[in-house]
Amino acid sequence: MMRRSPVLLTVCILGFVFLYAPMVSLVIFSFNESKLVTVWGGFSTKWYGELFRDPQILQSAWISFQVAFVSASLAVVLGTLAAYVLMRFGRFRSRALLTGMVTAPLVMPEVITGLSMLLLFVSLEQFVGWPKGRGMTTIIIAHVTFCMAYVAVVVQSRLSGMDQSLEEAAMDLGARPVRVFFDVTLPVISPALVAGWLLAFTLSLDDLVIASFVTGPGASTLPMVIFSKVRLGVSPDINALATIIICIVALGVAIATFQLRRKK
Amino acid sequence: MTGVIDRVAPLRWTARGLKWLGLDGRGLVVAVPVLWLLVFFLIPFLVVAKISVSEAAIALPPYLPIFDWDGIVATITLNLGNYGYLFEDPLYLRAYMFSIRVAFVSACIAILVAYPMALFIARSPEPRRSVLLMLVILPFWTSFLLRVYAWQGFLRSNGVINNFLMWTGLIDQPLVMLQTDFAVYLGIVYTYLPFAILPLYANLVRLDGALLEASADLGARPWATFVHVTLPLSLSGVLAGFMLVFVPAIGEFVIPELLGGPDTLMIGRVLWSEFFSNRDWPVASAVAVAMLVVLVVPIMLLRTVQSRSEDG
Repeated sequence: MMRRSPVLLTVCILGFVFLYAPMVSLVIFSFNESKLVTVWGGFSTKWYGELFRDPQILQSAWISFQVAFVSASLAVVLGTLAAYVLMRFGRFRSRALLTGMVTAPLVMPEVITGLSMLLLFVSLEQFVGWPKGRGMTTIIIAHVTFCMAYVAVVVQSRLSGMDQSLEEAAMDLGARPVRVFFDVTLPVISPALVAGWLLAFTLSLDDLVIASFVTGPGASTLPMVIFSKVRLGVSPDINALATIIICIVALGVAIATFQLRRKK
Repeated sequence: MTGVIDRVAPLRWTARGLKWLGLDGRGLVVAVPVLWLLVFFLIPFLVVAKISVSEAAIALPPYLPIFDWDGIVATITLNLGNYGYLFEDPLYLRAYMFSIRVAFVSACIAILVAYPMALFIARSPEPRRSVLLMLVILPFWTSFLLRVYAWQGFLRSNGVINNFLMWTGLIDQPLVMLQTDFAVYLGIVYTYLPFAILPLYANLVRLDGALLEASADLGARPWATFVHVTLPLSLSGVLAGFMLVFVPAIGEFVIPELLGGPDTLMIGRVLWSEFFSNRDWPVASAVAVAMLVVLVVPIMLLRTVQSRSEDG
């Protein structure tokens, strides 16, 4: 092992300061008395009160939560299927097509995904009559599509690291493929499913661009409300919201780390 | 599972019918994700391509059909004017060139910052390595929008940075940083830095320490070892990290909108305003198709790099 140079250490510390300083300032200024988000005017929690009295924020947060929950769950099912098929089925006719379609959403610019989904929904409504109008359903379909790609990547890496002899043993003992999948494969890859679900949930909760394209009247998600507020200028209650989100994430990471430690 | 299917008649018939179509259980399992992605990912691009050659109209939806059938003759009207429009108006070309430049420069800066960080993390002993790696991933889990918003508070004229610099007496006039191109570069490097660190880390952590020792034993100084051993071996990680910043940055909308000035024209922003403000769906589609053309080469390059690193 090579000696670690002080240069590397310095750059690394500066890099982490760069990554975290903006978030720290969000948290600090959420407790600011003054309306100016960057001038300290004394400690106060009034912006939290204001946040919870804002019906627009509460309503959109509830919509976002529902969308993210359903999207993540469907994305886990579809993404796992895609990953399993690609890792265990060997050769099949649509293999190249599926490989391409699973990886492409990861690198596709959001504006293109959003626009193409919207145009699809409009055309479908014109020719098939479904989906009627746009709203939560169309947001969920769009989110499932781009989230399942992320789930597939996570599950694929788990499947490739898994000891395949377990599945082969079950097969040799006479279990049918469906049984092998549910009794052997699924329990082994379940941590990846949890990780994939959480990733899909946060991606869906965080998406502004795609949701803006495919939404309809009455279905404003939380990022859309945040964006319209932020665009108009400073709003300290958004700092309060950011602090709550950061706390939830920190708590989630702490719990996950604790669980992993205990398992070991 | 199969027991149920054999016992319940309608299920048995469906199973037989599907088998007759050449779809056994295996085929069905393949069909579900393939069909979903086909309908909701691939076909939409064909729709975009179709609408990019139709004519805008004040209607619902705001474009004219390209197929027309009057009972006897079917006509297809392809309107390539939308693409011509992209070339005529210098605004679009400027937005493209600017997007590519911003994405390229930001990706280079991101790699320059990410490389030492990834190297440091890869060379850390185990408990610390996991913690540092988690600190890199953690920002992914907090809202991207809110992190960009945080930079507004940092960069504005009465923001954190200006207040600090004025307090130290280094400047006596606030610097104009928000709503400039500088803020856009900064925002993109900040947002996509973890994307650059992760592939570099994955590459550097697999680097054989014996090679470095051999190089040192042969008398190479640390810097020479880095230039002749570490760097050449990590080039695929550099390329992957670069592309993971470059490709999404090209189509970025939120960062130029919130941090850039009104004349910071990036192609994602142009598409957005064509669609939402001008309600010109055909031109927005043409912009999307043109953006895809620009992205095809880097995306292909990224896939080759990734599949090669999987094999190797």
